[in-house]
Amino acid sequence: MNNAVVPQRENYLNASYGLKSWLLTKDHKRIALLYLFTITLFFALGGVFATLIRVELLSPNGHLMSSDTYNKMFTMHGVVMIFFFLIPSIPAVIGNFVLPMMIGARDLAFPRINLLSWYLLVIGGALAIFAMVSGGVDTGWTFYTPYSTSYSNTWVIATALGIFVAGFSSILTGLNFIVTVHRMRAPGMTWFRMPLFVWAHYATSVIQVLGTPVLAVTLVLVFCERVFHIGLFDPALGGDPVLFQHLFWFYSHPAVYIMVLPAMGVLSELVSTFSRKPVFGYKIVAFSSVAIAVLGFLVWGHHLFVSGQSLYAGMVFSFLSFFVAIPSAIKVFNWTATLYKGSISYATPMLYAFGFIGLFTIGGLTGLFVASLGIDVHVTDTYFVVAHFHYIMVGGAIMAYLGALHFWWPKMTGRMYPEAWARLSALIIFLGFNLTFFPQFILGYLGMPRRYHTYPDEFQVLHVLSTAGASVLAVGYLLPLIYFAWSLRYGAVAGANPWGATGLEWQTASPPPVHNFDQIPVVDYEAYDYSRVVGEEIAVG
Amino acid sequence: MASEAHVETLALREQFDTEAQQNDASTLGMWVFLLTEIMFFGGLFMMYTVYRAVYPNVFGLASSTLNEIIGAANTAVLLCSSFTMVLAVRGAQLGKRRTVMLFLVLTIILGLVFLGIKGFEWNQKFQEHHVPGPGFHLEGTALQGQAQLFFSLYFAMTGLHALHMVIGCGLMLYLLWKTYQGTYSPDYYTPIDMGGLYWHFVDIIWIFLFPLLYLIDRHLK
Amino acid sequence: MTHPIDSVKTYAWVWIILLFLTALTTAVAHVDLGAFSVVVALTIAVVKMLLVALFFMHLRHSNQLTKLVVLGGLLWLALLIMLTLADVFSRGWLGVPGR
Repeated sequence: MNNAVVPQRENYLNASYGLKSWLLTKDHKRIALLYLFTITLFFALGGVFATLIRVELLSPNGHLMSSDTYNKMFTMHGVVMIFFFLIPSIPAVIGNFVLPMMIGARDLAFPRINLLSWYLLVIGGALAIFAMVSGGVDTGWTFYTPYSTSYSNTWVIATALGIFVAGFSSILTGLNFIVTVHRMRAPGMTWFRMPLFVWAHYATSVIQVLGTPVLAVTLVLVFCERVFHIGLFDPALGGDPVLFQHLFWFYSHPAVYIMVLPAMGVLSELVSTFSRKPVFGYKIVAFSSVAIAVLGFLVWGHHLFVSGQSLYAGMVFSFLSFFVAIPSAIKVFNWTATLYKGSISYATPMLYAFGFIGLFTIGGLTGLFVASLGIDVHVTDTYFVVAHFHYIMVGGAIMAYLGALHFWWPKMTGRMYPEAWARLSALIIFLGFNLTFFPQFILGYLGMPRRYHTYPDEFQVLHVLSTAGASVLAVGYLLPLIYFAWSLRYGAVAGANPWGATGLEWQTASPPPVHNFDQIPVVDYEAYDYSRVVGEEIAVG
Repeated sequence: MASEAHVETLALREQFDTEAQQNDASTLGMWVFLLTEIMFFGGLFMMYTVYRAVYPNVFGLASSTLNEIIGAANTAVLLCSSFTMVLAVRGAQLGKRRTVMLFLVLTIILGLVFLGIKGFEWNQKFQEHHVPGPGFHLEGTALQGQAQLFFSLYFAMTGLHALHMVIGCGLMLYLLWKTYQGTYSPDYYTPIDMGGLYWHFVDIIWIFLFPLLYLIDRHLK
Repeated sequence: MTHPIDSVKTYAWVWIILLFLTALTTAVAHVDLGAFSVVVALTIAVVKMLLVALFFMHLRHSNQLTKLVVLGGLLWLALLIMLTLADVFSRGWLGVPGR
């Protein structure tokens, strides 16, 4: 049926109009949409850099750009994708939107700080873009000293400042979520009745508040070293460049869990809803989220295996790194067990969930490869590592983000996306992704170094495959952009609970009213209790 | 009833159900923020720990050029400011507006005294060529690079601390202004409470900076 | 509000003790305690921190969660320092050149 014009009850979208009502909003749902808009732009920017990288790598002799320019390309790709897309993505868009509703709250604990978080991301992003437009930065997203502090002639400080500011966006979001989960739960919403999505975001927030400040001070030190030559990382003055790496990775390793834990939270919701079964082993999955957050802080030295860290410390960190894989594996087992004897539906969000489980497993297993000291000595700084983290970040986190977007789209907009196009896109993304990144495992194993744009001729076939995959992937990412926009006007009108999902957010209208609930619910039932759901038919097609 | 929307006041914003809930949330939020500050300063403390462990003698020599009496006096100034701060908070708990204003003013003054003394010390370091850079020279050691590391950490750590003090003084001025306007009462004095937490935290940072920077191997001098 | 109001006397006592401990740590610094100097200095600093936190910051009247937050922060700082030191101190332990 044509749903172009439907009279709508008052909701958070139509309650007020005008730019000011959006730019000065305190509503977590509007702030989530502000973030959605912003990070989509950043994703496009990061994608542009990725495109340039992959096109350059089509030929072994680096004809398109100089080495210096290539260095800037992968640096800026990494900076934008990690700090301005992945880290905010699920928490700031999905988390901001649904977390308060999931626990029966009217908003986050500190709505104005929530808005500030968004502005900080925008300001940080503007600074980073200024650096890029002015000439770029070529240190790698990892800013290793002494190159970043003593030798690079690029816009290190501006970029570092941009990341510094964006870091505070992340810290404040984490702070907001922690206080919200502790203090704003509806009556009867005990810790073990919360959706696992909330547990995952709580664990993520703990990482954000404990780790990001260390990144912040590290960037301050890079600034001081560069401007004042204070010598803390300068061997000529007795300084130790490896100390920079300790400080940097103390944050940046837990940062990868900031990126993947929310994705895991999404998975729990998707797998449960589309199996119509409670998540198997709820408490274990909840505790695994916390375990990942804690253990994630104990393994950073595995990034320093060949940097000059002592062999003894290397062995300790390698040993600890094996442990952090365990809670992640437990989650994969539990989601799989959830599927068993479930009533499985293959709606688009579930397709992304399946994609996540397979690709995250590959990424995670290859993580164990690189966690092994002996293997890492050979594959470190090769495409093996690049493939490993892209399997998790793209095959895992971005797929979960897309799954989440599709799942909560009807709640956020009151419209359904076109299911056929969405499934097609998911398939294209899955195929494109594997074609892009699987060859990179082989490349890395054969010795292709990362961050190089010239390579031996025999690697060209694999690089060409990878670039071909990247073009397919790009198409896959463009399609949702188009059909999501289309759905805002022409999509089927969605009811409160099109998926028959549990969770308080599905018990309020789509789109929700400004204050989320007309009456704050009182919760006296467990999470994922499908016997209580009087859902609509799952809207497919 | 709590589940219905209510008119928003300072003490009870619309996302909260009760004033106690809002107060609890604000307090928890402030402590979590201080947690992030522990980690922020913590990176510098880590650098200090490593370099002092690796260059103990040079650090001792460099530390001895700092005036410990001035350092101790400045520590006392900050401790006094914490005392006046907590009395300001207490005044707010009792609804004594004049008391609050008096102690906030005293706190600000003591904070400025601290910053003034700090500025004097920094100027001294500048005169003695102990500021890291091309003109740096520390008497009594061949390890000039390592000596410079001590002073880099000294300026970075006391500088970051001083920045927090400046922000703190600004915060106190804001609270002073709001108190003057009659914004606070025994039922709602949360910002003063939170301001106090911030001020005490910055004091605690200094409580560690003083012995770590000023009192290394003093028995040798 | 929620927590009891401490007396001026309590605060004054804490303040006096803090000033005393400052004088103490300055004086003790001049006594040759060898490697123990740093332990004493840090212990005094920790005691001062606890006094400020428990009394001036009302931590002793606060709930378990707040105390856990503080403990967590200190623990995480210790983690950062200890594990990094583990690298710095153990260089050369295993007799492998350059490691």
